[in-house]
Amino acid sequence: MEPILKARNLVKRYGKVTALDHCDFDLMPGEILAVIGDNGAGKSSLIKAVSGAVIPDEGEVFLEGRKVHFTSPIDARHEGIETVYQTLAMSPALSIADNMFMGREIRKPGFRGKWLRQLDRAEMERIARDKLSELGLMTIQNINQAVETLSGGQRQGVAVARAAAFGSKVIILDEPTAALGVKESRRVLELILDVKSRGIPIILISHNMPHVFEVADRIHVHRLGKRLCVIDPKDYTMSDAVAFMTGAKEPPAQDVAA
Amino acid sequence: MSETAGNSQGYETDVSKPPEAVAEFDDPHRGVIGTVQHMLHVNPSLVPLIVLIASIAIFGLLLGTKFFSPFALTLILQQVQIVGIVAAAQSLVILTAGIDLSVGAIMVMSSVVMGQFTFRYGIPVEVSVACGLLCGTLIGFLNGWLVARVKLPPFIVTLGMWQIVLATNFLYSANETIRSQDIEANAPLLQVFGNTIQLGGARLTFGVVFMLALVFVLAYALKHTAWGRHVYAVGDDPEAAELSGVNVKRTLISVYALAGLICAFAGWALIGRIGSVSPTSGQLANIESITAVVIGGISLFGGRGSIMGTLFGALIVGVFTLGLRLMGADAQWTYLLIGVLIIAAVGVDQWIRKVSV
Repeated sequence: MEPILKARNLVKRYGKVTALDHCDFDLMPGEILAVIGDNGAGKSSLIKAVSGAVIPDEGEVFLEGRKVHFTSPIDARHEGIETVYQTLAMSPALSIADNMFMGREIRKPGFRGKWLRQLDRAEMERIARDKLSELGLMTIQNINQAVETLSGGQRQGVAVARAAAFGSKVIILDEPTAALGVKESRRVLELILDVKSRGIPIILISHNMPHVFEVADRIHVHRLGKRLCVIDPKDYTMSDAVAFMTGAKEPPAQDVAA
Repeated sequence: MSETAGNSQGYETDVSKPPEAVAEFDDPHRGVIGTVQHMLHVNPSLVPLIVLIASIAIFGLLLGTKFFSPFALTLILQQVQIVGIVAAAQSLVILTAGIDLSVGAIMVMSSVVMGQFTFRYGIPVEVSVACGLLCGTLIGFLNGWLVARVKLPPFIVTLGMWQIVLATNFLYSANETIRSQDIEANAPLLQVFGNTIQLGGARLTFGVVFMLALVFVLAYALKHTAWGRHVYAVGDDPEAAELSGVNVKRTLISVYALAGLICAFAGWALIGRIGSVSPTSGQLANIESITAVVIGGISLFGGRGSIMGTLFGALIVGVFTLGLRLMGADAQWTYLLIGVLIIAAVGVDQWIRKVSV
């Protein structure tokens, strides 16, 4: 089977620091791929390289077998790749609806939209509210609240809802449950499975081993800037995975990435 | 850890059904001050509006009809029109967390281009005006390009551009003033913003009408178009804006170029206001425009505030200037009070921000 998103030989250096060292990456259609690794292993750099947020120094990225060259996250978004960043990428002073539709605003139909370029606030607010209710984030009282007035978990929920609403080919989630409470985490995991059931593959970066082992189909273990191995969560325990990613244990030969 | 975690997954399953109702909370007593704080947080341009109304009321009480007349009140509008237009440009730049120190220089340079093209080269006045507007836009574009593409700090870029443009202005114009009578006789279009509309005792110049129209158009664009939302997002957090799909560089360049264009219009209005084309005029426009923006409650850190606030800020300065002059006070009192207002405005801004409600 052809991977939907594939990277070969990615290299990214920041000065003398090598964040990605000839790294490979494969995401199969319809799967949830977890990416785990110690702090500083280069997980974020890998994700940024395939989502256009950083331009790799070397290497190639393929989407559906076609070579792509993203120079900005906007390029990746046009191709249907949505990312929820660890920093969430929200403008704190703007409202929830404004943030959800940032960069893809809906304009009013007819004269007012076409010539006065007026935004269709009612429509954007309606969609935003629907998406948030799907996620069970109705503890948010007012869709026109500024994002800075939300709790950390609510912000994360809004960011996830934004990606789920617009991602058509790949959704990348960087630590989506890190700041969430029990209830919200559960809901985000359900949302991840829900998105998967719609046939959209997901890349999940997480430190939370129970969450990873619960939802992931395959686990990409990242270590020292490259892919160490890819394991099936059914074949290994969480302590095995932790041992691989910290280097306490050698990965099994049949799973080592070429 | 691994064995137990696998079995303990059940504890979260009961919360899987999303609650339907929107959560509601009792509003605890926040008291009068809390309520006011909340209101100002939601609508920051209320502060300068209240100050404006209060200062008009106070000067009206002290001076009676000498101040509180259509003539005097519209005179304020005429006196602030240039600063008001330039401050509108400044607001856009400051909303992106930048600053434009070259606004005054762009204004004067554009007016000199309009005048010299007409009188030195005999170019039709309409074309000269278009060249002046283009000149302002180009300088603004260059500012924007240096800020967005070369990533130089806006303060440095516009500080340098201020000197460059001002010097070019003096070199090019040879420090010559084009006299008002000549313009009136040969190129009245240059003075078009000085034309007046008489409504009873009130006198409005085209320049005043232009300033008001400009502020309303910009207020609309900032609030109701995608471009306006992007301006706020870029000022708020450029990295977040970039990641969520805003073309930050293009937005920045468009803001600086538009600011240049508006300053060029201010240059045109300046000819209408003073009658002549003078390369030495408008030297204080930088500081006065920043003053209006700050008193108007736009945050110098970007992303917060409204352009209506800037208009109110400019008017507050105008009210103080005229009111104190009519009272016969030393002009220094005006500067002193404006200094107090600036510091108070920023203090209020910090206080408002404390409430995250």
